[in-house]
Amino acid sequence: MFSPKLRGGVHPPGHKELSNASPIRLAPLAERLYLSLQQHLGAPATPIVKVGERVRKGQLVASSQGAISAPIHAPTSGVVRALAEHTAPHPSGLPVLVITLEPDGREEWDPSLTPLSDPLALPPEELCLRVGSAGIVGLGGATFPAAVKLISSLQRGVDTLILNGGECEPYLSCDDRLMREEPEHIIQGALLMQHAVQARRVVIGIEDNKPQALAAMRRAAEGQGVEIRSVPSRYPMGSEKQLVQLLTGIELPAMSRAADSGVLMHNVATARAVYQAIYLGRPLISRIVTLSGQALTHQGNWEVPLGTPASYLINYASGFNCAPARLIMGGPMMGIQLPDLNVPVIKGTSGILALTREEINSDEPGPCVRCASCVRACPMGLQPLEMAANIRNGDFEKARSLGLNDCVGCGACSYICPASLPLVHLFNYAKGELANRQREARKMEKTRVLAQRREERVTRQAREREELMAARRAAAARKAAEEEEAAGEESPS
Amino acid sequence: MLVSILPLAGLGTLLGFLLGVASRVLYVERSDLAQEIEALLPGTQCGQCGNPSCGAAAEAAAAGELPPAFCPPGGRAVAEAVAAKLGLSLDLASLVEERPRLAEINEDLCIGCTRCYKVCPTDAIAGAAKQMHVVFADACTACGKCEEVCPTECIRLVVVTETLQSWAWNQPSL
Amino acid sequence: MNQPIHGPHAHSSARLSALMLQVMLALTPATLYSFWLYGWPAFNLWLLCLVSALLWEALFLALFHKPVGAHLKDGSAAVTAWIMALCLPPWAPWWLAVVGTFLAIAIIKQIFGGLGQNVFNPAMASRVILLIAFPLEMTTWIAPEAVAASPPEITSALSITFQGFSTLLDGYSGATLLDSVKNQTAQGAPVSAILSQLDYQPIDSIIGLRGGSLGESTSILLLLGGLYLLWRRVITWQAPLGLLLGAAIPAAALNLAAPESYPGALFHLLSGGLMLAAFFIVTDPVTAPITAWGRFTFGLGCGVLTWLIRSFGNYPEGVAFAVMLMNSTVPLIDRYIKPRIYGRTRKGDPLPTTEKGASR
Repeated sequence: MFSPKLRGGVHPPGHKELSNASPIRLAPLAERLYLSLQQHLGAPATPIVKVGERVRKGQLVASSQGAISAPIHAPTSGVVRALAEHTAPHPSGLPVLVITLEPDGREEWDPSLTPLSDPLALPPEELCLRVGSAGIVGLGGATFPAAVKLISSLQRGVDTLILNGGECEPYLSCDDRLMREEPEHIIQGALLMQHAVQARRVVIGIEDNKPQALAAMRRAAEGQGVEIRSVPSRYPMGSEKQLVQLLTGIELPAMSRAADSGVLMHNVATARAVYQAIYLGRPLISRIVTLSGQALTHQGNWEVPLGTPASYLINYASGFNCAPARLIMGGPMMGIQLPDLNVPVIKGTSGILALTREEINSDEPGPCVRCASCVRACPMGLQPLEMAANIRNGDFEKARSLGLNDCVGCGACSYICPASLPLVHLFNYAKGELANRQREARKMEKTRVLAQRREERVTRQAREREELMAARRAAAARKAAEEEEAAGEESPS
Repeated sequence: MLVSILPLAGLGTLLGFLLGVASRVLYVERSDLAQEIEALLPGTQCGQCGNPSCGAAAEAAAAGELPPAFCPPGGRAVAEAVAAKLGLSLDLASLVEERPRLAEINEDLCIGCTRCYKVCPTDAIAGAAKQMHVVFADACTACGKCEEVCPTECIRLVVVTETLQSWAWNQPSL
Repeated sequence: MNQPIHGPHAHSSARLSALMLQVMLALTPATLYSFWLYGWPAFNLWLLCLVSALLWEALFLALFHKPVGAHLKDGSAAVTAWIMALCLPPWAPWWLAVVGTFLAIAIIKQIFGGLGQNVFNPAMASRVILLIAFPLEMTTWIAPEAVAASPPEITSALSITFQGFSTLLDGYSGATLLDSVKNQTAQGAPVSAILSQLDYQPIDSIIGLRGGSLGESTSILLLLGGLYLLWRRVITWQAPLGLLLGAAIPAAALNLAAPESYPGALFHLLSGGLMLAAFFIVTDPVTAPITAWGRFTFGLGCGVLTWLIRSFGNYPEGVAFAVMLMNSTVPLIDRYIKPRIYGRTRKGDPLPTTEKGASR
């Protein structure tokens, strides 16, 4: 019933030792902090502060919009200097609206923020709402608003809360260090979340390449009713579907959410953020970022205020020792290329990597020899080479029928391909095309209906006008006839 | 030698005859092709294909007088659907993939003459006499009729600017 | 604006040329042994195959406007030529090599679309065409004992290779094991009598003292090469196992039923190109299915067909025909044998969701 290992997957060199040896350091405040209004999945937050307004640390500066959204809080006290567009941490380099904050260095906390001494006495819904108003989103990288997930899980009823301590991406070690240094806070956060969704049990999965983290978490979890389990260190062990199957034996059905199968999963850093929000009363205003890659002089983990420009952070960490071949936000497998270093740190920035050409180890794409290494590597059981061949031929529908929408984009297939084919790129391109076509088809349906209605209206109006004219003419003719009759009656001849 | 030629020739003739009979007896009656093609088109009668209406264009396409990629507002999706319906192969190179466009009114130049909204086939322009007109983006099909009739050239078809929400990955070059 | 680079931003070191080099490395022991067994003409043939294959590949790449240097460097033409050389008669004339590589590289590989696009295994398809077109030259085998008795010198080796057939071959030629068994069982002689007359010991086929095509004599060196490839994860084990089982099981079964008409499983496994086929031919990724079970089925089919052709067909050796036949069924195998997608049933529908809050 419980599969002992990961289906498929690859084993890239971890490179964790570059950054996981030293403790987390506090990054100082940059001169300007750029708070993106879109740091989460869902609708962007709307700013509630004006330019020139003074804000305190932890103060609400942008409120959530709609059902799936999250608020934003000031990472430090200071003055709002601008509300303008700034380069988004997105491969396109397109702009995003940010609140520019100039720190005043006083770090004055918002006095309305109050810690709680006994949050487990609160009703579960209250906990969920507090998590939401603290602006907490999934810190593993997905940035889905945590409160939405908690509330829907509470309503559906979940059996198991799983904390993801996998961190299967190479280079990243922020979760590892957090588990070593603050295991009690993570456990407290887990218990809070368990209460918030009324789960029966809590399991924390940690990859076996983190022995110190496993030991620390096991010590902290003693007597708390939290189960710590070691999982094989293989990529993508930390992927939700794969971790759920390994820890509980449940295979999440396609196109369903984990809550539908009675499972809720959150990252360990999210649990720690929940602890800080509820027990300490502090909203989400900073996160731990791994700086790594051979092109950096100094690798390590930093607790960074949100909105810190990447350039400032890297400069503070002693900059580059050679020109990086590529800058990445996240891990090398699923991370995105950064357009430049002006981008700010957002809630989903788990790491900033400066890689050299040797580390990237890429090559020009060659012909596919159907070696099926990708089929063996795919954790979802897809056939990447078949989907890729169909996409190259333009047959997106065939690719979809082969399971394109089940692809989680982990990149194991592209990693292992001996011909260096850009498989995941092809899949994301095809997904974008299919979504585009769906949008266009829906719009065309709508406009067709509009056009039809307009035609009907125009013909109806023309007809009505005709009838009106005919009626008037008929009335005029009758009138004329009556007058003639009357005239004829008056003068008989 | 005749012994080998005659039976084979006779067999070929007989089988050919049977095939001919089958093609008539087992013929599949196709429903009105033109109507099916018309159902795939946007239906705004914009005239960009050179035909007076979508129905006329559908008839021409069914008769084989138009290539499958004849509908510019329909884009690639319509071209592929028409090609699939007609059983033709689509020459994607001939399809100029244009960036999507929307009508936009320059409010400084609009005089409120109402000519544009009277010709819009999807009622995408709202306005009244001497009032500022405005275009509803999700109803506009960029057919271009409003641009033709506007006396002050204040309504133009402009390329939609890309945002983070609309951006998508390009096709990888291989 | 420049299009951004899509991840992953890390790649394994697996490269096509590296895989091809491993295959060539695995073939080397058996090839060197066969040079020792058959002398200089064998070396000439092997070298000629390689050179003419690379030339044909370069010519046709240029004809199709593909980058010649990049594609030649991946080593796929060299591997095809090497395997083809191992399947030819040991003292085959030069034109057999040239025509054979032309068929394999130009026709079966490049015209079908180049690397990764061919339907049939180039080496096997080429061998089949040569066998049917030039039956005499393709079945002139050399007896290793005769070579050992008087090995040809370099000069006479060159004339053997380049002058085609001549009386030089007299005194060297001899039938293979499969040939003898096939011809004599057809005449009604019992298998045990044939084998004892030939003084057959299984160890001969293992070490490689019996004749055959250039590379098929030594089962043990081929097996070792194959195990090396398995260890280095260049090939997977499903297809080789399928082939060996597919040949061994019917052979053993019929040998039990009628031992005098059908040689046993060990005889079949060790003779002919079965070891070569198991590890180097059915493992060709381009022409084999992409799933594990698919590859096993493919290998099994090849094995059964090989045994059938050897036992009941007109030809003493059936590997090439069997592989070509199974190549044509690969799209069918791939269509029906697919992995099950996570979260879906085998048919492709989503799995049913568990009950709310169900505990496991």
